[in-house]
Amino acid sequence: MSTSTGVTAATATATAAELAARAADEVIADLAARHRAVVVDSPPGAGKSTLVVRAARALAAAGGPVMVVAQTNEQVDDLTDRLARGDPALPVGRLSAQGYVPSARVARHLAVTVSASVAELADCAVVVATAAKWATLRAGTWSCAWAVVDEAYQMRSDMLLRIAGHFERALFVGDPGQLDPFSTIDIDRWAGLTWDPMQSAVEVLLRHNPETPVRRLPVSWRLSATAVPLVAEAFYPFQGFLAGTAPGERRLEFATRALGSRPRVTGALDEALGLAADSGWVLYELPPRHTVRTDTEAVWACASLAERLVQRGCMGYSEQTPAGAPVGAGRIAIGTAHRDQSKAIRAVLSGLGPALAGVTVDTANRLQGREFDVVIVLHPLSGRHDASAFHLEAGRLCVLTSRHRHACIVVARAGIPELLDAYPSTEPVHLNVPAKFPDGWEANQAVMAHLSEYKVRA
Amino acid sequence: MSHTEARLDQMRGAVPPRPHNARTIAALTSNPGCVRRAILDAAGVDKPKLAAAAGFPAPFGQSRFAITRGNAFEAQVKANGCAELLRLLREQLGLPVPEVSYDDLEEVAASRSLQLRHSRTRQLLTRAAGSGTDAGTLFDHPLLALEVGGRLAYLEPDLIAFRLRGQFHVVEIKSFAAIDGQADSGKVAAAAIQSAVYVLALRQLLADVGGAGLVADEVFLICPENFSNQPMAARLDVRKELTVLRRQLSRLDFIAELVEAFPPGISFDLEADDAGVPRRPAAELADALAMLPARYMPECLASCEVCRFCRNEAQATTAALGRTVREDLGGVEYVDTALGLASGDLEPDLDTEDAAAILQTAARMRAESLGAAG
Amino acid sequence: MSTLTALARAQARAGGEAQPLALVRHLHIAERPLVFIPLALAGEANAPLAAMIGDEADSPRLLVVNQPRNRDERFAFAAELARVVVPYLEGFATQAEDVASGGGETRPRFRYAPQVFMPSRASIGFARLLGRSTRFRRTDGEYAVDAAVPVLGRWLSFLAERAEHPGSCLLVAATEVLSLHWASGQSGLEDLNLAALMAWIEPPGGLTCLQAAAAAEDPLQWPPAGPATDPGFDNEVLAPLIDAYGRADGAAALQRAEAALARALSAQLLPTWGLMWRSIALLRALPAGGHVGKRWDEDRAAFTSYVSYLRDGDGLPQPRRDGAVAAARRLSWLERAQASYAAQRAFDDPLAMAEFRMSGEAFAGRVVAAEPDRLDTSGRRRTLRPRITVETTDPLTVETGTELRAVTRLTQRATIVSVEPGGPGEPIRVVIELAGGMGRSLVAEPGTVPETGEWLCYCSLPLGYQPVTDFPATNETPWTHGGPPVPALPADEDAVEDWS
Repeated sequence: MSTSTGVTAATATATAAELAARAADEVIADLAARHRAVVVDSPPGAGKSTLVVRAARALAAAGGPVMVVAQTNEQVDDLTDRLARGDPALPVGRLSAQGYVPSARVARHLAVTVSASVAELADCAVVVATAAKWATLRAGTWSCAWAVVDEAYQMRSDMLLRIAGHFERALFVGDPGQLDPFSTIDIDRWAGLTWDPMQSAVEVLLRHNPETPVRRLPVSWRLSATAVPLVAEAFYPFQGFLAGTAPGERRLEFATRALGSRPRVTGALDEALGLAADSGWVLYELPPRHTVRTDTEAVWACASLAERLVQRGCMGYSEQTPAGAPVGAGRIAIGTAHRDQSKAIRAVLSGLGPALAGVTVDTANRLQGREFDVVIVLHPLSGRHDASAFHLEAGRLCVLTSRHRHACIVVARAGIPELLDAYPSTEPVHLNVPAKFPDGWEANQAVMAHLSEYKVRA
Repeated sequence: MSHTEARLDQMRGAVPPRPHNARTIAALTSNPGCVRRAILDAAGVDKPKLAAAAGFPAPFGQSRFAITRGNAFEAQVKANGCAELLRLLREQLGLPVPEVSYDDLEEVAASRSLQLRHSRTRQLLTRAAGSGTDAGTLFDHPLLALEVGGRLAYLEPDLIAFRLRGQFHVVEIKSFAAIDGQADSGKVAAAAIQSAVYVLALRQLLADVGGAGLVADEVFLICPENFSNQPMAARLDVRKELTVLRRQLSRLDFIAELVEAFPPGISFDLEADDAGVPRRPAAELADALAMLPARYMPECLASCEVCRFCRNEAQATTAALGRTVREDLGGVEYVDTALGLASGDLEPDLDTEDAAAILQTAARMRAESLGAAG
Repeated sequence: MSTLTALARAQARAGGEAQPLALVRHLHIAERPLVFIPLALAGEANAPLAAMIGDEADSPRLLVVNQPRNRDERFAFAAELARVVVPYLEGFATQAEDVASGGGETRPRFRYAPQVFMPSRASIGFARLLGRSTRFRRTDGEYAVDAAVPVLGRWLSFLAERAEHPGSCLLVAATEVLSLHWASGQSGLEDLNLAALMAWIEPPGGLTCLQAAAAAEDPLQWPPAGPATDPGFDNEVLAPLIDAYGRADGAAALQRAEAALARALSAQLLPTWGLMWRSIALLRALPAGGHVGKRWDEDRAAFTSYVSYLRDGDGLPQPRRDGAVAAARRLSWLERAQASYAAQRAFDDPLAMAEFRMSGEAFAGRVVAAEPDRLDTSGRRRTLRPRITVETTDPLTVETGTELRAVTRLTQRATIVSVEPGGPGEPIRVVIELAGGMGRSLVAEPGTVPETGEWLCYCSLPLGYQPVTDFPATNETPWTHGGPPVPALPADEDAVEDWS
């Protein structure tokens, strides 16, 4: 790398770090001001959990106890672990359901108490639990000045209603671009009400407390300089965000050359991997066809791409690993819209050998919050004849395309732009319901427009 | 006149094209994948007449009572220089309109040509846009225009453009009720996209003086409150509808060019004899229609006058059974194919292997469950 | 819609007749249901035009509004309707029985409850709006209405709310419930036309289903089931008759005009009337599903509650919109009801279960090995934990540790120990551990453990009691949701509300 690029890289990252630090400091300052609530919008990989931990510690130092609310047990464990690692002397409580067995990363901390009864955690400075668990506490058994709610955009309004009685003020941190909470009930009864229980917790809070400051974490540390333009334009059209790394700071290399033992078979795969290394995005395009959800050709394509990555000894170079680190199975994920698709891909992978056993294959719902080096995505619209609101949902595609540090390979049958154009926009419109952006249809258009520049035909 | 326009005119025959209005333009977004509809709309063919002449009359009609009610409500809202409307905008929406003037753009001496009325509207609104005064002004009966499929469509709506804080807001009056703050979401959606048509047209009109920024994304919907005739006002954000419309209108231009690909003789001329009976036999018109590819789905039955013809044409397809049915049957196009694959009578090829597996499992489970009863 | 229902529709289309989607009936059918078919005037929010109503197929009662835009006539219609509906409903509030209500207590519940059938969801929507427009009216003051009107309003609102509840059948939409049990050979949208849907299920004599469905689209042969009327009828028949009534001069002319309107509207309603009773008969002919009685118990309990609310409570009309807590509570209710309704239908009906077999949440297969005497010695006490191995070709996705129940052994808990996929074309082997339903000793009572060769269907949907969610009291609505609401007292404006 030339000196000038090196200088540029250093300057770029210094600016990003400054911006991010300033934004986080502003949030902490907000907590000391007179606000009843503070909302922090965080794009993917912007240091949300770090902020949650920092805020919890600052609030605990100012006079606890502090209530930390997460949405899944996995998230609770992660936050508990981070809190304890950040300050091993801090008494942390992990409030759990009956029969919860502490995971290793929680159990190893001496200062962490695990209990199903909140009374036993009375001496803890910070207590972490899922929203569902907090909601089971009877009124009066717990109250505190501050709550910190993580993944607040994924929590539903009715859940907030149930836990709000336990705290006086709250910091809500979340990613507005990811999956919205949903219900299997399909009625309009509450549409237009400011307290519509099907909204997200942040939406209902802001509608009733419009003076609440909304801050933004401006930098993604996960998404690279090549990834940010697509994700920001498609899913964060009004705010946008920056990459924390400069162009070139992240790169992928392969230990073996493209000419494998079966060049005709692996040709397209290798072309895709080469493009992924060069530009961070690939659209791996299969011939157009209307297929079932568990499209065998697409399932195999996803699995084969993962296999080829591992076979060729992919190495990732980044600001965290300047000497390079292998992109092994554990750093690769395959994301789908439906569980049956994940299952089919897992079945193929398990037949391809033990080397791929560590590859994560899951739906967008379950990949939320996670991070990998390379992500392969089975596009939700691939092989479909008609789009539907579910498959167009922006949040789903946002999660699938924002998990990666290095590269994202989208597998799709040709025909998606045509499908989007043919989509009849007959969505219902309700009075007094603010229009939601990004619009799934628009977001999908933007993603395909970007990806079309990185097309490899299978 | 472009080549496309000439072809479309020839297709339609020696009658003037059906004028577009906001409703028909908005309807372009309801099945954008249907080339048949796009070309018929672009050519301005009289679709109800064509459907009837081809032997498949359209099932639509409008009740006198609905029309009367709609007119009465609108008249009430606009009476006395829009007194009711102004009160509403002031009270319910909290808009600062202490002084408002009312400006009727329709010429008292009527029978000016459309072009002249249109330029008169442009003149007056442009002047208002540049006037810099902040006083609210209601502009009634403007004549707008929008390019649709290469042809200029004049929109003569009962639209009132209202200027507030330097921006024009479209006002849309509808007679469906909002009960306890809720109105039929399908009707509101239709009102939103029709309003978006006006917003686009108004932006085009004012394009020379900084168009887009002068016309707000927010429209005011006026409709009866609860069970009375009393109007209420609601704000509608139409940004999404604008995006959809812009994209579909630009696609329409592209589709209209597809007409070049069709055989020169294809025609929907509905010229009738003295008794009013179309000269061309139904079979001929049906053949002409069949040359245009369609994308039938049951939703067409509520929105397109040619629907019965297309439904008849599509009767062997899975799509005719419902928008999700084709997907559920593995993407298979025809009912017989799906059933053949399900029973195993039909050998799947490479394309239908996956579908066959799923269909066979489903068929087995259905048979097992039905057998369990007997 | 799923692959199974799509396949059934395709089969119906190809075979020319409706295909069953259910082997049992998933709703209770009352001995004496009330059929209510309203017609509304086009263009208005909720202007009744006419209604046909009655609890006997042979005696329909016709109610007509001669001048649908006239406020007094509308309330007279509401009063007349109330005089049919309210006595019908209250007629069931007589015989009560005591039922257990938890904690060793009992509470009364009426033995029978009403059941109202309307043609479609749109008709129910009309009833909901009619309830809304009448329940706030007052019987005194300047805009007084007949005493029965606000009572009708409260009842209609209660029934319409109940109709949102999955599994409830106090107020039923015929097209919806028929579509649950039969797949026609047309689309779901076309199924909203009751005559067309019935044409596929039970075509009138001499016609094929396709012919009957085509005829059903002709409003002259089959007038729409409402509440919307056919525009052609409005323009060519109704409008002139209403005009004539308006111009009628003298008692005799008035009578003639009234009779003409009644004849025309009756002709619009009678065909649907016939269809409604035929659809009830069709449903009644199916055997009831196992959990239908349980859900009807809940309906009866809701009915009983509302009767006592009207009699002994403050009897206030339902509020216009739900408050924050009420909305959240209701959503939780509805979600639980839906989950439980889906599970109950699956366990009651192999065709419903097949949906879950397709999605992998349930599977059916044969027992190929059994260890009925297996004991679990890992804990402090030894417990009887038999294991069985089931072979299945279903595409199951459930993982180890999942809890299941067998359709034929509901009281026995089953947990998946392992899932071994077979090779291509080979069945999957599932090892399941059983607990409960075998008696108290360490030796299972005969017949309580599945034996080799037995065919079993296991499902992971929860069937049992789901704990009620806790919500704060309304007066403790948190600041995040706008704080405690101002209590809504019936205001004068509600009674005064213009109905024009």
